[in-house]
Amino acid sequence: MAETEVPARQEAYRVVGQSPSHHDFVDKVEGSLLYAADWQLPGLLHGKVVRAEVPCARIAGMEVSAARALPGVVAVLTAADVPWNQVLERPTGGLGELAVAMPVLAADRVRYQGEPIALIAAITAQIAEQAAELIDVEYDDLPGVFDPERALEPGAPLVHDQGNLLVSWIIARGDAAAALAAADVVVEGEYRTQRVEHAYLEPEAGVGWVDTSGVITLRVSTQVIEHAPTIATILGLPQSKLRVISTYMGGGFGGKEDMTVEPYLALLVWRTRRPVRMVWERQESIMASTKRHPFILRYRTGVQRDGSIVAQEVDIVGDAGAYPYLSPRVLFAACATASGPYRVPNVHHRARAVFTNNAPTSAFRGFGAMQVTFGYEQQMDRVAERLGLTPQAVRERNFLDKGDTIPTGERLDTAVAAGQCLRRALAALGEPARPSGPGRRIGRGFAVNMQPYGRTVWFHDRASCWISLEADGSLLLRSGITDLGAGQAASLAQIASEVLGVPLGEIGVHIGDSQLTPPAGGTFATRQLYMSGNAALAAARALRAGLLPVAAELLGAVPDDLVFEDGMVRERDTGAGRGIRLAELAAACQQRSVPTAHLGTWYAGTGTFDPATGQGASFPDYTFGAHAADVEVDTETGQVRVLGYAAAHDVGRAINPLRVEGQIQGGAYQGLGYALGEEIVVDDGQVASTLLASYLLPNAADLPDVRVIVVESGEGKGPFGARGIGEPPIGNPAATIANAVAAATGVRVTQLPITPERLLAALDAAAGDAR
Amino acid sequence: MSDQSKQRVTLTVNGEHREAWVFPHESLLDVLRDVLGHYEVRYGCGEGVCGTCTVLVDGEPVSGCLLLAVQADGCSLVTVRGLAPAGDLHPLQACFLRNGAAQCGFCTPGMLLTAWALLQHDPRPSRERIRRELVGNLCRCTGYSKILDAVEEYAAEAAERTGGHG
Repeated sequence: MAETEVPARQEAYRVVGQSPSHHDFVDKVEGSLLYAADWQLPGLLHGKVVRAEVPCARIAGMEVSAARALPGVVAVLTAADVPWNQVLERPTGGLGELAVAMPVLAADRVRYQGEPIALIAAITAQIAEQAAELIDVEYDDLPGVFDPERALEPGAPLVHDQGNLLVSWIIARGDAAAALAAADVVVEGEYRTQRVEHAYLEPEAGVGWVDTSGVITLRVSTQVIEHAPTIATILGLPQSKLRVISTYMGGGFGGKEDMTVEPYLALLVWRTRRPVRMVWERQESIMASTKRHPFILRYRTGVQRDGSIVAQEVDIVGDAGAYPYLSPRVLFAACATASGPYRVPNVHHRARAVFTNNAPTSAFRGFGAMQVTFGYEQQMDRVAERLGLTPQAVRERNFLDKGDTIPTGERLDTAVAAGQCLRRALAALGEPARPSGPGRRIGRGFAVNMQPYGRTVWFHDRASCWISLEADGSLLLRSGITDLGAGQAASLAQIASEVLGVPLGEIGVHIGDSQLTPPAGGTFATRQLYMSGNAALAAARALRAGLLPVAAELLGAVPDDLVFEDGMVRERDTGAGRGIRLAELAAACQQRSVPTAHLGTWYAGTGTFDPATGQGASFPDYTFGAHAADVEVDTETGQVRVLGYAAAHDVGRAINPLRVEGQIQGGAYQGLGYALGEEIVVDDGQVASTLLASYLLPNAADLPDVRVIVVESGEGKGPFGARGIGEPPIGNPAATIANAVAAATGVRVTQLPITPERLLAALDAAAGDAR
Repeated sequence: MSDQSKQRVTLTVNGEHREAWVFPHESLLDVLRDVLGHYEVRYGCGEGVCGTCTVLVDGEPVSGCLLLAVQADGCSLVTVRGLAPAGDLHPLQACFLRNGAAQCGFCTPGMLLTAWALLQHDPRPSRERIRRELVGNLCRCTGYSKILDAVEEYAAEAAERTGGHG
């Protein structure tokens, strides 16, 4: 389905650029992969989190004696039982955010519905459930605040004593106010995005036990094993006594980036000294797990008559919910990318994260850079409409290019293929269809985006990977990487195979263990191909460099003439028979005391950001892409049918094209669910429905196939010139659909999701205005 | 709750005769996983919405979370591990593998079973028919295209194997 644009390559790759099936795929189609909930140990207990029923209250009393007395209950823990009842993670180094700690279990105050207040371990899940019902909590309701703009008003109820404004970022360059005043045309727009759920099909889960030497070991579905020190602190244990193993996840999308079951599981294991399993119910996950931030976006865009952007002011308010989690980071990413892939000489972006008594929001694929696309790409269409230009012409006039300066003041130093992506996506759609009946209207829309890959550079990010040549010529690869299902582990094997010529089937991959694998820094921020991919490449090259002189000596050849392929080292351009097998080479290295194991570490660039001026270093690099869609709107019902959809992204170099296509198709589909149906409705802090049945996830028949165009500029900062592609494709769909609906009907829906009710109301309002 | 309230159920799982003592309230899903060790049948929602706990009950796909174990007494069940002998892949599984139809893999067993059941009824389904039949199996990773590609490819290959008139 994808048409892949392959640039002239300087060297031919054997494995990179192919789409082999990997170890994890085989296990997955067999059904043999053991996920986090699938671990069984003798005497296993069932753990349960007891959650607050109200969003904002003082806990006047909690009676747990009846629960403790229930036969089959082994432990009931409350806040008083937690050695260090605080989660204060990853401070950002004083860049202006409030320091607010989150209790592991709420002690005297609850701040959102579903906040954990007690823990139970019992011999069956059903007994744990019964015990939870026997816990009697007396709440004194407090006035809450559920709307972030209301929370910013003077006199609003305080979610935390320190204040409701968690962080306020500014990114500014030039003089936006003066440039707007001088602009030929100023276009204003306000956009609202909604709260959504990750809805990974595998709910939060894990099993914990006490292992040799009293090490509390958690085997959990997590993107980040680096929470281990935080968990050890909660338990009052040295870090050496707390081990986290990540399973292959049944999806994560950012929702398993913060801790989920880990601290609760660890506490129950620590208290009972028995193995404990904890699986969150789907409904519990919908109620209380972290969500995507709803944003309120206000744009003022100043342009010249020819379509050139001269200035943009953006104001963003994000609902952080009751605790910080990653909101400061999400709002920074939003602030940095709020003008999109365009040259804007004068900018003023402000992004604020605000506490409310809603469930906390945090990481979700796209991480703030996704929501803003709904703003800047509708602004671009509005500019085109005001100036009488085509939407494409306005964008082509303003696209960033390599060497251009972005709002943070940084210069882009890799290719920007945004325009190429747009042209390719539009071409892929072909001729638009005709309306299928009266009252139906067809429209085409598109949206271009930029998404960072890699962490903010001031975190001094790094990742390590260990590769060894075994006695039989196979490889062992160890990495602390965690695997969401996007092939994070498999990509590392593919990179090692490329460099060392070992067939994939002979590479053992061991990942995600906080005590046994070298730290890789967590799988989030589209960082792992970039970070751990470069680390694996470094380790493989170091190993190759060590083997080369030994092989040259044995073969009586010049090192530069040797190639590694098919599990052998041989002279270039000689027949398959001449050469040395890697097993023999390993033995020769042993005799010569030449090391056959290497640790590769990749250090990302560093830099500083000045929050006062809003200038400085931000992200390592960006992935650019464009999506285009044809929709048909039924003006009688407000129903939007997506007729055709194309997505193009510059991935630099596709290490595994099939997986790249899968990321783009899956990301686009998730983004289309966000555009057209998904929403967690919260009413004064109460989640309206915790049923998955009420949450409109797209099924196989809801939407058309996403046609993928993989663009390979060859310029990315990952291995072999790759860019990250995990997050980028979720950014474009909402604006693409909104723009297509506007093209079809002349009516712009500025609030997500674009439901039939909302579109119909907008159509009626427009008809009313016309009369 | 005392063990006296447990009932004996007899099942055939992937061709093997199994017996289990279960409480009347226990779902088929829980019994398959925790009593019989079939972890390839997975909990995703408990509402019968997501399809990750799909098993074939007398040949038809059913959500294991919605059926009580006692209701399945005497039935023949197939999980994904029953599609092919241990260590082998069913050609449909091979098509999933080749087409990259699994990402996180959590929905894959249920998806395979629903597709397999469809192919028993309709060996050469259209892409639209496959879409409609798979609506009860949610996938959050792939956007479904590669799953549809895999099922189509299997059907085409099967038709070729049987002389092109499938």
